[in-house]
Amino acid sequence: MEQTTAAASAARAAPRMSARQLARKLWRFRAFYAMLLPGVVWYVIFKYLPMYGVIIAFKDFNMMDGMLKSPWADPWYKHFEAFYNSPYFSQLLGNTLIISFYKLVFGMAPPILMALLLNEVHVRWFKSVVQTLTYMPHFLSWVIIYGILLALLSQTSGIANRWIEELGGQSIPFLTSTGYFRAILVGSDIWQNLGWGAIIYLAAIAGIDPMLYEAARVDGASRLRMIWHITLPGIRTVIVLLLILRLGHILDAGFDQIYIMYNVQVYPVADILDTWVFRTGLQQLNFSLASAVGLFKSVIGLALVVLSNRLARRWGEGIW
Amino acid sequence: MVRNLEDRVFNAVVYTVLGFAALTAVLPLLYVLSVSLTPFGEVLKNGGFILIPKSITLEAYHRLLSDSNMPRAFGVTVFITVVGTAANLVLTALMAYPLSRRNLPGRGLFLFMVVFTLLFGGGIIPTYLIVKAVGLTDTVWAMIVPNAVWSFNVLVMKSFFENLPEELFESARIDGAKDFRILLRIVMPLSMPVVLTIGLFYAVGHWNEFFQAIMYVTDRTLFPLQVIVRELLMLTQQPLENAENMLPTETMQMASVILASVPIISVYPFIQKHFAKGMLLGSVKG
Repeated sequence: MEQTTAAASAARAAPRMSARQLARKLWRFRAFYAMLLPGVVWYVIFKYLPMYGVIIAFKDFNMMDGMLKSPWADPWYKHFEAFYNSPYFSQLLGNTLIISFYKLVFGMAPPILMALLLNEVHVRWFKSVVQTLTYMPHFLSWVIIYGILLALLSQTSGIANRWIEELGGQSIPFLTSTGYFRAILVGSDIWQNLGWGAIIYLAAIAGIDPMLYEAARVDGASRLRMIWHITLPGIRTVIVLLLILRLGHILDAGFDQIYIMYNVQVYPVADILDTWVFRTGLQQLNFSLASAVGLFKSVIGLALVVLSNRLARRWGEGIW
Repeated sequence: MVRNLEDRVFNAVVYTVLGFAALTAVLPLLYVLSVSLTPFGEVLKNGGFILIPKSITLEAYHRLLSDSNMPRAFGVTVFITVVGTAANLVLTALMAYPLSRRNLPGRGLFLFMVVFTLLFGGGIIPTYLIVKAVGLTDTVWAMIVPNAVWSFNVLVMKSFFENLPEELFESARIDGAKDFRILLRIVMPLSMPVVLTIGLFYAVGHWNEFFQAIMYVTDRTLFPLQVIVRELLMLTQQPLENAENMLPTETMQMASVILASVPIISVYPFIQKHFAKGMLLGSVKG
C-alpha cells in the first residue's frame, strides 16, 4: 500500500523530480538493480568491450602493444582496401550469398509442408512419434552430423559409394568435390531443421479459427481445398515474416556447419566470410585484416537486420 | 462414397510422407550405430559395411572408453554442461525478472543493451582478444563464461514473466515478500515450462561445445567431447584391405559419434511439449 501511494505521488511529480526524489525512487528498486548487476557486468566485458575492440580493424595490431597501444593504420582504411582488392573479396562474398540463398530457397518449404501434414494427422501417438523423431537432428552438433555424412558418403567406406560400386559405377569423393559440396551443405541443413522448423508453423496453424474449417466442411470442401484456402492463408503472415527475418541474416551462411565440414579441396565453393575471418585471424594471426573483414560483415549485417525487422514489423502489424 | 475414398487416399499420402520423414531423420544415425558395432570379420566377409551386420561387437566402445582421451573429454563436457547451464539459468533469470517489471526506471536502457547485441557484435577476433586479456584462455571457464548469457533467451524469459498475472506480485508484496524471494519462490516455480526449455537450449549448446574450445583452449586435457570426436573423424581412413589392426577406423569413429550424441538426444523428448511455447514467445515478442 505504502509503495503504491509512493509510486502515485512520484508519478504526479514526475516532470519536476528533485534529485532526492529520484534517488528515493531508484532506492526502492535496489533489489532489481542488484539482480541486473552480474548480467550487466558480463554484457560490458564480453559484448561491449569487443565492440570497442573493433578499433583494431583500423590499426596495425601487434600482440606486444595490444589493442590500445598498437599504431593506427595508414591510411585508416588500409585493411579494408587490402581486402577489397584481394581476389578473396568476390569469392567470399559470392560463396556466402550463394550458400545462404540456396539454404533459404530450398530450406523454406520443407518445414512448412511438414507442419501442414502434421496438422492433418489425428492419431495422437503417430503425430508425437513423428515429431519426436524429426526433432532429433536439431540436437546433434555439426561434428556429429559430419560423422554421419562420413558414414554415408565417404569415398573409402561410405555406404553410398559401396552401392555405386556394386552397381558398376566409380566411387565419388562427395565430401571433397566442389561439385557436390554445396548440395551437401544445403541438404544437411534441411535435414537438421525439418522437424524443428515446423514448430513455429504448427503454432501458427493452432491459432486459426476452427469455425473456418467448420464452415468449409458444411460447404463440402475437401481437405486439400481447406489446406489451400484456409490453412495456408492463415499462416501466410508468419511465412512472410520468417522469410523477411531470414533475409536479414543472409550474410550468415552457417559458420559452424561449414567450418566443421569443409576442407582445402572445396574452399573455392565453400569458403565464406566467417570461415575466412576465423582462419586469417586465429590461425594466421592477421588480427587487423580479419577484424576489418569481420567489421565489414557486421555493419552490412546490422543494416540488413534493422531493415528486415522494420519490414517485418510493418508486415506483422495486422496480426500482432 | 467418393468422399470416403478421397479421404482415405489423402490419409495414406499424409501418413506415408510423414513416416518417410521420420525414417529419414533416424535412419542415418541408426546406420552409424550399426557401423560402430560391426566386427572386422563382418567387414572382410562383406567387402565393406552393410546396413545390418549379422554379428556385433562392443570392441570399439571398449577401446574408446579404456583410452584416456575419451573418458576425460566426457568429464569436461559433463562439467561444462552442468555448471554452465546452472550459471546460464541464474544469470538469465536475474536479468529477465527486473526487465519484465515495466515500471523499473532505466528499463529501456537495459533492454536496449541486451537487444543491441543481437544486431551487432564485435566479431570473433576482438572477442578472442578480450577473453585472452581477461585471462580465461586455457581454463575450463573459457568454455562457460564468454557465452554465459544468450540475449535471445533473456528476451524469451522476460516475455514469459511479463505474462504472469500482476496480482501475484501485488499480493506477495503486500505479504511483505522481498523481490529476491518473489523471484525464487513465486516466479521461478510458475515458469517451469520456459525454464526447462531454455535450460535445455543452454545444455545442448554446452554439450555440443566446439568453437570456444578450439579458440580458447590449447591444453589437450581440457578438450570437450566434440573436439575429440572431430579429431577422430579427421583420421585418414585406412583402405579396408590394408587395415592391420583388428578394428577398422570407421568403427571407432562411429562409436565416438554415438557416444557423443546419445546422452543429449535421450533428454529432449521429456521436455518436448514445452518447445512451442518457448520458441513462439521469443520469436513473436522478442
